[in-house]
Amino acid sequence: MFPLSSTTDTPTEAPRDTVREAELARVLEALGANVVDSLLKPNDDMWIRVTAETWRATAETLKSLGYTYFGFLSAIDWLPSPFGKSEDDASGPSEDRDSTIKQGYTGGDTRFQVFARLVQPFTTIGINIKVDVDDAVMAVDSWSSVFAGANWHEREAHEMFGIGFNGHPDLRNMYLPTDFEGHPMRKDFPLLARIVKPWPGIVDVEPLPGDDEEEGEAS
Amino acid sequence: MTMLGDRQQLAYIAAQAADARVNVELETEGMTLNIGPQHPATHGTLRIIARLDGEQVVWAEPSAGYMHRGYEKLTEVRTFPQVTALVNRIDWLGSFANEVPFILAAEKLMGVEAPSRAQHIRTILFELSRIANVSLFLGDLGVQLGAITPVFFAFRDREYVLNLIEAATGGRFHPNFDRIGGLKDDLPAGFVEETRVVMKKLRTFCDQIEDLLFGNEIFQSRTRGIGVIPKDVALQYGLSGANLRASGVDWDLRRDQDIPMAWNKTEFKVITHPDGDSFARCWVRLQEVRESTKIVDQLLDTIPAGPVMAKVPKIIKVPEGEAWVSTENPLGEMGYYVVSQGDQGPFRVKIRSASFNNISIVPWLLKGVYVPDIITILASLYFILGDIDR
Repeated sequence: MFPLSSTTDTPTEAPRDTVREAELARVLEALGANVVDSLLKPNDDMWIRVTAETWRATAETLKSLGYTYFGFLSAIDWLPSPFGKSEDDASGPSEDRDSTIKQGYTGGDTRFQVFARLVQPFTTIGINIKVDVDDAVMAVDSWSSVFAGANWHEREAHEMFGIGFNGHPDLRNMYLPTDFEGHPMRKDFPLLARIVKPWPGIVDVEPLPGDDEEEGEAS
Repeated sequence: MTMLGDRQQLAYIAAQAADARVNVELETEGMTLNIGPQHPATHGTLRIIARLDGEQVVWAEPSAGYMHRGYEKLTEVRTFPQVTALVNRIDWLGSFANEVPFILAAEKLMGVEAPSRAQHIRTILFELSRIANVSLFLGDLGVQLGAITPVFFAFRDREYVLNLIEAATGGRFHPNFDRIGGLKDDLPAGFVEETRVVMKKLRTFCDQIEDLLFGNEIFQSRTRGIGVIPKDVALQYGLSGANLRASGVDWDLRRDQDIPMAWNKTEFKVITHPDGDSFARCWVRLQEVRESTKIVDQLLDTIPAGPVMAKVPKIIKVPEGEAWVSTENPLGEMGYYVVSQGDQGPFRVKIRSASFNNISIVPWLLKGVYVPDIITILASLYFILGDIDR
């Protein structure tokens, strides 16, 4: 899959962000070959993607580099929803719908990715870390021994996406009944409310103040 | 003298042995105590299962999910402007504050920035939601400890703030006022003068609460030294907001983050407390309401002229990309990780709500505390159920 990072628009004068550039260089040096791809958006954020084997080691390394604040951990299913954006197709998944998986920043090879965010306390420097989840294994290592706060986030990701976390002390469901089948946040899990009754708000386009004559593009 | 000393020592040993005998006789089996889901101390429907040894908790586990509404899934089938109506309901006491980080994330992806007047009014409404939210906490705190009066004061004075929010947005609890590129409307006539009066009232309210509660001996003895969270543990669990600052961490996203809001145009103190106990958390919140009223006062003086809406297309399509924006919400750091694939709606939204992280520390924190302290610790952590479950 072609990473989006190389296709993002290049501004006419590339803004520099020396702080984050130096920070990313420091992170990349410490992580070495663990990093598959990285991306820096000036004055915005940093992204790295690491290999699945080094997922926990990455957390440990980043913690020792000063990223001691745990932001969040979650997963993402890159499969385009077979039911379409509006989920209004009551007959089920459409055959001819485009099902090309298109990963976001720093690319990826698998349908599922786990991503997390760590922050350096007292600054705004944070880093988003992604990892591919192999479809055959459907599990990555748990971060809960490194960041205690990851415990609940991994439980949530486990029940919503069906991704296992090796070494997690207690992967019980947080929200759903124990005998619930399926993983609601997966894209191929239908939103039943939408199938029973189409969403009326999908056609609702609210007029904006001072923009009543033309459908102008943002300049 | 030595004899007396020996006799004293013997008496002491005898007393110890007698105590031990009593303890053996009174040794109880472990007991499991269920609190909630319909308990007044849980602000909704949080259930806490605690295993007790006598009066002490040996193990506790909060069980959330009684109010899970699946907003992350729902955002995937809505358009970007429609999402604000959903995220309003996450922290329902400070609704406007929930909309702002999502809108900022969408604006970041689109490369749009709201006009400075809109940024200013956003910040005012944001702080008003904080005041409305936290003032209710301060009243509620009293109820948890058996003091009834503060909650009446809180409901009375919160009403003034809600009236302001209603005057500006049309909604008391769920404004749904923020738009990509600005705000739905300008402020109504007379808003500035009225807000100034209300801010004065709220400062009086803070004084009253401080007199009624924080100086109270019972309140102090039930909160001081109870539920202490050290700094490094707080960071590991991703605690945020007043819970983090009460552990001595001087970190406030309003001050430390450069986002298109008007906080950097004001002077305010970031309140911290070194103790990290229940008292510190409550005290920090009280002081933050005071600071918020001062922020609002400063912002009212400097509202710039101009439009409240940037030029955005009628049908909003957000370009491909990923963005993370978080703000210092009444409950702590609230952030949205928005993934767009160029459609009218988001592809994936990860909602990082403050209470989810704040409550995930509860199993660690409740270990070894006494049963009545569970209530004060939970109250001082201050969570909203909608903010845990989303």
